[in-house]
Amino acid sequence: MYRYDQYDHKLVDERVAQYRDQTQRYLAGEISEEAFLPLRLQNGLYVQRLAPMLRIAVPYGLMSSQQVRKIAEISRVYDKGYVHFTTRQNIQLNWPKLEEVPDILAELASLEMHAIQTSGNCIRNTTTDQFAGVAPDEIEDPRPWCEIIRQWSTLHPEFAFLPRKFKIAVCGSEEDRAAFLLHDIGLQLVENSEGDIGFHVFVGGGLGRTPVIASSIREFLPKQHLLSYLDAILRVYNRYGNRDNKYKARIKILVKAWTPEVFAERVEAEWAHLKDGPATLDGTEIERMKSFFTAPQYLSFDAGETAADLQSLAKDNRAFSRWLDRNVRSQKQPGYSSVTLSLKPAGVAPGDVTDVQLETIADLADRFSFGEIRSTHNQNLVLADVAQPELFDLWQLAKSAGLATPSIGTINDMICCPGGDYCSLANAKSIPVAEAIQRKFDDLDYVYDLGDLELNISGCMNACGHHHIGHIGILGVDKKGEEWYQIQLGGSANSNAALGKVLGPSLSRQAVTDGIEKLLDVYVENRLEQESFLSTYQRIGIEKFKQRVYGTAS
Amino acid sequence: MAQLLKQGQVTVNNWQTLDTGTTELPSGNLLVPVELWQQLSLGAEQHSGEIGLWLDGSEEIEQLADLLIKAPVIGIRFSKFADGRGFSMARLLRERYGYQGELRATGDFIRDQLYFLQRCGFTSYEFDDSVDVAEASKSLNDFTDAYQVAVDQQVPLFKRR
Ligand code: SF4
Repeated sequence: MYRYDQYDHKLVDERVAQYRDQTQRYLAGEISEEAFLPLRLQNGLYVQRLAPMLRIAVPYGLMSSQQVRKIAEISRVYDKGYVHFTTRQNIQLNWPKLEEVPDILAELASLEMHAIQTSGNCIRNTTTDQFAGVAPDEIEDPRPWCEIIRQWSTLHPEFAFLPRKFKIAVCGSEEDRAAFLLHDIGLQLVENSEGDIGFHVFVGGGLGRTPVIASSIREFLPKQHLLSYLDAILRVYNRYGNRDNKYKARIKILVKAWTPEVFAERVEAEWAHLKDGPATLDGTEIERMKSFFTAPQYLSFDAGETAADLQSLAKDNRAFSRWLDRNVRSQKQPGYSSVTLSLKPAGVAPGDVTDVQLETIADLADRFSFGEIRSTHNQNLVLADVAQPELFDLWQLAKSAGLATPSIGTINDMICCPGGDYCSLANAKSIPVAEAIQRKFDDLDYVYDLGDLELNISGCMNACGHHHIGHIGILGVDKKGEEWYQIQLGGSANSNAALGKVLGPSLSRQAVTDGIEKLLDVYVENRLEQESFLSTYQRIGIEKFKQRVYGTAS
Repeated sequence: MAQLLKQGQVTVNNWQTLDTGTTELPSGNLLVPVELWQQLSLGAEQHSGEIGLWLDGSEEIEQLADLLIKAPVIGIRFSKFADGRGFSMARLLRERYGYQGELRATGDFIRDQLYFLQRCGFTSYEFDDSVDVAEASKSLNDFTDAYQVAVDQQVPLFKRR
């Protein structure tokens, strides 16, 4: 992974000093509430329903075991001993004290971490595939590019006060695991007819109130031009994005208003001035960045023997076999697998993890996966490089730490925002809905039979729980002061990204789980062999689901 | 705005800013609205002081650039500090149109933006009387180096590491 040099260290240290001074001036009444707001937001500090909330950046989801131990320690000393992983691969502390935040930032800086631009109207953490670098279907490892973008976007002097927040994702593989079409900028690594690798550039995707799938504005951008091209997009947006109405301020609205074609022309016109300028990347820098993301020291195994051993262990142990099925996937290196540690046991808010678990995770990473951990946009953690002969040991340890719920990719692996339990913007609670669903569908055989199913829950239209792209999406709505839930069907973040359709009138909290059960019944009754929920829905349409849930044809 | 931070020094602001719609020119150094600047520069007016101009962040400067860059001072006015358009405008004036004169931040910017403003090419900053400008000027030096290319640094960090 990327390691700081003296420049990076100095920058985060100076950032801590700057924020410490800002906090002191704020507490002394020298900075107004209004002026302090963006300053604290750009350091990840929200003021939430119950307490401030601090969002720590996990650049493109990659952490070392030392960093994870540091997070555990911080959560114990400055918070209540647990943290939350977000859908942007970041970490949230739910109960820090405003006056202690500078100390927390200093602790983070000591281990090459920060909270810079994790909130506010600026360029946020760049995200990518949690299997970057090890995915068999990868065109190129996106992480060096993510780091190049991280450095470019960090304290960018021109783009710290954008019309609205700005999110970039990079996808390096054929299958999209980064939901890049739902970002303000989505960059897809592609190969052109000459065999050169570059970027297919998409803009204007996003969730929130007005969900939009991004539009292509340039099919092939040669790599060395990445930063000048990003500068051009951001400059056009910074100058022309709507600043009067926060709900119309995202770049997607500008792209729609101008049309993607016109937007692309404007970007190209701006870029004509910047192209080949000083921001142009050179081979030295690209190679330097790539050198941080090389393969670890893999061992070699007798593949046949390993597979046979695993098979016999799996045969004797149903629970292990389930875990292998759902939580373990093959990777590039023969004899190695990537393991997803589940943060979704029933009864715990999805994505929450305790300090003790974090320490266990760090230990597991040291012992089994070269000391690296990745966070996923599905709010789980990944050990990317586990030797297959060690899978059984890892499983046992993960299981006793409550990290081996064998439900990855199933209905019980839902994405869920903090919702009304924590978030001041919520219309409704989301965590209890997630829990009720997990409790209702606790029969693992049934859950496995349902297969791949993404269920996403947001507590309000801001869509932090990505409900628009769940195969089943649940959105909390406020009906005369009561919490109700709208169901959507057919969303997908994959290469054929689609936004879900509203099923019908919203349901009460009590009715949600029954409603979901009816949807699943329709699926089970109608599916063809091997057909997933999403494919069945796409084939048969929404009507049958509607009729079952509401009991009438409409 | 009585105080001016310029080249790291606190000085008295001896420029007067005229609102849009003003037609009579008072004596002394003036920052005039851009429309008036266009008229004046066409008519080569007699005036006792220097005349510069000010712009809003929303101004489309592309068409006017040739005319603008002759001004000794260009003020960019921040209507709200969270409105970041002035940062882009400053870079355009400096980097695209080669403006060499004084580029001044006016209006509602805050001291915590000074470092970024300076990187984008601003060279002076108007503050009202309530601000301890010497103290505020410390924010110019919040960081010693930066990753990106900007007006103050045309060699990106990746070429200097
Ligand atoms: S979706 Fe709404 S309720 Fe949920 S975290 Fe986001 S803003 Fe809060």
